[in-house]
Amino acid sequence: MSDTVDSSSGGDVQHEGDASARVTTGGVIAAPEVAGSGRRWTPMRIVYALIAAVVVVFLVVKAADDLRQFVIVTLNGVTLAALYFVVASGFTLIFGLMRVVNMAHGSLYLLGGYLALEMQEAWFKEDTGLNLSLSGASDADYSFIAWFFPLIFATILIGCIGVVLQQVFLRWNQGQDLRQALITIALSVIIADQMLAAFGGISKDVAAPTAWPTSVLLPGDVRFGFFRGVIVLGSALLIGLLLFLVIRRTRFGKIVRAGVDDRDMVSALGINVNLVFAGAFFLGALLAGFGGVLGGTMISLAPGQDTAFLLNSLIVVIIGGMGSLGGAAIGALALGLVDAYADVYLVIGDTDLTNYSILVTFALLVGVLAVRPLGLFGRPA
Amino acid sequence: MNPTVSTGRLSWVALAVIVVIAALAPLYTSDFFLNVILTKALWLGIAAASLVFLAAYGGMVSLAQVGLYGVAGMTYANLVLADGGSSAAWNPWLAVVAALIVATLVGLGFGWIAARSEGIYFLMITLAFSVLVFYFFSQVTQLSGFGGVNNLDLPGILGNPEQDPAPRYFVTLVVSVAVFLLLRGVSRTAFGLSLQGVRDEPARMRALGFDVTLHRMLAFAFAAFIAGVAGVLSVWYNRRITPGSINLEQTINILIIAVIGGLYRLEGAWVGAFAYALIDNYSREWVPDVGNVLGSARFNTIIGLVFLIIVLLSPGGLVGIWESARDRLTGRRRGGGTPTTTTTTGPEGGPAPSTVK
Repeated sequence: MSDTVDSSSGGDVQHEGDASARVTTGGVIAAPEVAGSGRRWTPMRIVYALIAAVVVVFLVVKAADDLRQFVIVTLNGVTLAALYFVVASGFTLIFGLMRVVNMAHGSLYLLGGYLALEMQEAWFKEDTGLNLSLSGASDADYSFIAWFFPLIFATILIGCIGVVLQQVFLRWNQGQDLRQALITIALSVIIADQMLAAFGGISKDVAAPTAWPTSVLLPGDVRFGFFRGVIVLGSALLIGLLLFLVIRRTRFGKIVRAGVDDRDMVSALGINVNLVFAGAFFLGALLAGFGGVLGGTMISLAPGQDTAFLLNSLIVVIIGGMGSLGGAAIGALALGLVDAYADVYLVIGDTDLTNYSILVTFALLVGVLAVRPLGLFGRPA
Repeated sequence: MNPTVSTGRLSWVALAVIVVIAALAPLYTSDFFLNVILTKALWLGIAAASLVFLAAYGGMVSLAQVGLYGVAGMTYANLVLADGGSSAAWNPWLAVVAALIVATLVGLGFGWIAARSEGIYFLMITLAFSVLVFYFFSQVTQLSGFGGVNNLDLPGILGNPEQDPAPRYFVTLVVSVAVFLLLRGVSRTAFGLSLQGVRDEPARMRALGFDVTLHRMLAFAFAAFIAGVAGVLSVWYNRRITPGSINLEQTINILIIAVIGGLYRLEGAWVGAFAYALIDNYSREWVPDVGNVLGSARFNTIIGLVFLIIVLLSPGGLVGIWESARDRLTGRRRGGGTPTTTTTTGPEGGPAPSTVK
């Protein structure tokens, strides 16, 4: 996926630019030692390439060992990545345009899930009357509308809440990015505590429509969850496509792209930047809420999920580069796959190292930042 | 936000008065207050001070401090005799040294990565570090035990804190004063001054031949050392450590403490910690129950609201409020002098107790 928010291709990181400049000025007469790309094989790069090669070989060996398992693990990673992308794209959109790090993004995610759950239970819960299930969880039938309506309604509601938060707390201190981050942290603390009070500490799920199959059979006798594999993945692709079209083809997207590059110029041209900011915040919060309903159906809703998804969004955009939608997609894919593989394949010989899987995520973050301090598609602000 | 960094310093007289008042605390407070409010505020203050040091002198608001003090605490907990964790049984003092070394080294590593980013990126990367440390210790039960590491062995100097909390209080107080003086001293060294140069004008400092990244990295490692001190004191205080005690909530609590006190004043760390400990303990008693929304169980809502109000109204925190109030008073007396954050002069006995505890 191409870089959609950034109108130009991802710019070079500063020190890299310096390095290539030095090379070209030094080699005016001498034959250019770095043909075209400006890339040099520094010892660090070779080390990273070697590590990457080892990882690939390791995965190939594991895949050859049990192909079915490998396919399932990969699908797990990709679907996880799809969810990460939906949430993180909202985060990166808000940051890209307004330089606001919305630390309440995870709270909006979880709130979206809880709101959908409340609507579903309040309006669509119909007991089948038999009450056969001992757990009491699955004794109700849910139609497609019973899932789809809360999804849409909760998503839009979260978008509106996002706009309210932005208008009340963030609009008047535009440009003070640290203060805005602190304000959203304060909001996330309050919202998390209020959600704990309102929805309790027990893990809950949004019910998927009863008519949907639980799993689908893929070629090669692989069974994979229907909701996870079809709905979440499909939604993420759809959202990616829609965002791409909105950013590339609409006037709003044009303004957003221009705003990412130079906010002052955009407002000097007579565009109501405040309106655009509100729109971007609506869209960003909307995506968090949408992700929350998807995540609430796919995984679960519980206190702590807000933190987890804030962290995931952070890692995704740190890897991909702040403000870049393409970066968010790549970052989400990297994080999702690394999570999935490390949880299963971190077994060397007889020693089970899956406990340490978080270190692999950490290594991913460190590795990307060591090579590109602003992320893969990041550009200096 | 490029804050107006206050260069005002607590005068020696004020500091001496505060330390004397604090040292006499066991005479006029209950054991409960001494333990639950004062001792806790002191070590929380050290953790917040490591953040304030980075923010005020390095321009780096780091959220990794809880992760770093967790590393120190976990190292100490695993090396001494305890229930859970590894089975090592080192001398507690040796374990302290090891814990501080490990925290500093981890800080050096984190600093190496984070030092090249600035501002809000730095905040996010350090937040990710802190949460990753938490996830690491929650996953690796070989190190964190299944119910945390409990009943830690303490150095003999602390006596038996359950019966007499005073020795532990004094140790924590002495360490706090030492940390305060150390941080203040470092800010006046050549390193501290060039760090402040890096904070204000990185491009110019680079042009002058200073290694900007190295300065940031070393400052981060130094702050990690201070955070490690807080980590050791925290496990001495709790006599246990669990992954849950170094989670995101605690990360944000330390940030809240620093911001409540005043993010750009060293003494603000302890002011904020004192205010935090007071709210933590007493809000349950006086906060009215408003349905499910507000009440004795909603401590986080209250602390979040306090945090929100401070950030919205006074970015300088309580110290900032106090200073602007004093400037207004003295300014009126002088006949309308400009409200500058000048060096505190004269013994400020009145507000003093709240400044260190």
